[in-house]
Amino acid sequence: MGKRTVMPFGPQHPVLPEPIHLDLVLEDEIVKEAVPSIGFVHRGLEKLVEKKDFMEYVYVAERICGICSFMHGMGYCMAVEQVMGIEVPKRAVFLRTVWAELSRVHSHLLWMGLMADAIGFESLFMHSWRLREYVLDMFDMTTGGRVIFSACKIGGVRRDIDAEKMKRFLDALGKVEDGLHEIAGTFAADHSISHRLTGLGVLTKAEAEDLGALGPVARASGIGFDARTHGYAAYGDLKVNVQTEQSGDCMARASVRIRELYEAIRLIRLCAEIMPDGPTETKVTGNPNGESFARLEQPRGEVLYYVKGGGGKFLERMRCRTPTFANLPALLEMLKGAELADVPVLILTIDPCISCTER
Amino acid sequence: MKGAFVPGCGPDTARAKFMAYLPFLKPVIKSFFKKPATQSYPFAPMPKDDLVRGHVEIDAESCIFCGICARKCPTAAIATDKNEKSWTISRFACIVCSACCEACPKKCLFMKKELTPASEVKTVDVAIKNA
Ligand code: SF4
Ligand code: SF4
Repeated sequence: MGKRTVMPFGPQHPVLPEPIHLDLVLEDEIVKEAVPSIGFVHRGLEKLVEKKDFMEYVYVAERICGICSFMHGMGYCMAVEQVMGIEVPKRAVFLRTVWAELSRVHSHLLWMGLMADAIGFESLFMHSWRLREYVLDMFDMTTGGRVIFSACKIGGVRRDIDAEKMKRFLDALGKVEDGLHEIAGTFAADHSISHRLTGLGVLTKAEAEDLGALGPVARASGIGFDARTHGYAAYGDLKVNVQTEQSGDCMARASVRIRELYEAIRLIRLCAEIMPDGPTETKVTGNPNGESFARLEQPRGEVLYYVKGGGGKFLERMRCRTPTFANLPALLEMLKGAELADVPVLILTIDPCISCTER
Repeated sequence: MKGAFVPGCGPDTARAKFMAYLPFLKPVIKSFFKKPATQSYPFAPMPKDDLVRGHVEIDAESCIFCGICARKCPTAAIATDKNEKSWTISRFACIVCSACCEACPKKCLFMKKELTPASEVKTVDVAIKNA
């Protein structure tokens, strides 16, 4: 055994937009072990349910994460609606699905940019984020916010998309798709990218299963698990094509995400087509009494929302298990045997969202 | 190229290697002849939909100072005073959620799409009813 060195990585590191700390145990330049420590951005949001009215907490839930903010709000609303036995109008459910899928487009484009940045491909980074900006404009146009939408509420949604706006919305989506062909083609075929990503950080199917990996990380290792197939929201009417890859390396994870982008765009179009007319919200009376949980597929994997109410205005407990938390063990496995220079790429490949993880 | 995505190993002949650098050449060359994708905000106005939530404004003349907006606000950014006939909003605390606008019984709160200017100090805006 060679001489081992412990190298601190993070919490501040150029590739990391958010703080996570890893102690890398190195032998020469090879990572032998990685010991994570998290907790730098813990904000105590779960405890806050005891202080905020359950209706108002939607605003807090949205602020758990800045990328999948809509799905956090939606997950919380779905869990509370189940407790209270609220039937959400069909149109609201479809609108939620549209915004949820658009969040996926947003998140995956952001990830592509960050990944390109991590491997030093600056212009691809800029182009990915240019497309992402169109997506943010689409959110701005339909919900009134770019990042935090305040569009979801318990019992429905607060905004409707009328026919004229839906047309503009779909035109903008077409523009995003056109731009995506170029970027996706680059990701697929560019030599420097495939040189950097292919064969790196292989996670076998058995490992992914044992370590409880979720989302694109699991799907890239051949596990066809996607919470959308359970048919929550409008997904029961949509039939999601789950995208999987077999090789389990960084390239496979990139490929799954890119194909999910196309799939999300297809789902948005389909939603717009079959969306029924009708009201967008129901009136909520009473307070939640009982417990329930909701599972949603976020861009990074499955998120789990648990709520427990005691019949009062304030919930007794809320728990949110986020996908990054579940993917951290898989990351530690991937890091073993990697070169030090590949560590940033490997960390980005699970698309970490530390704010979610620590809440 | 449309929609095509072929994951997997990079090709290894020299010509294939060169060709593999090509996909990105198209967007790069196109970008040479295009205007910047960014806008020179705040010098050029930002086109915004009417729906966009920028800041809350009040028509103080129709307000009855019932305080419903203050109670509905998730961040307690609003304070109302019946005696002084004043309505106060802390711009730093406001998260622009528009809950107050929806709750107001007199519909005298409006969400405007313009943003309030950036500020270094915590600003409080006060509206006082004249009548
Ligand atoms: S809810 Fe409307 S009327 Fe009542 S205090 Fe607020 S702004 Fe005035
Ligand atoms: S917009 Fe929301 S945060 Fe701002 S004052 Fe109104 S209720 Fe409060």
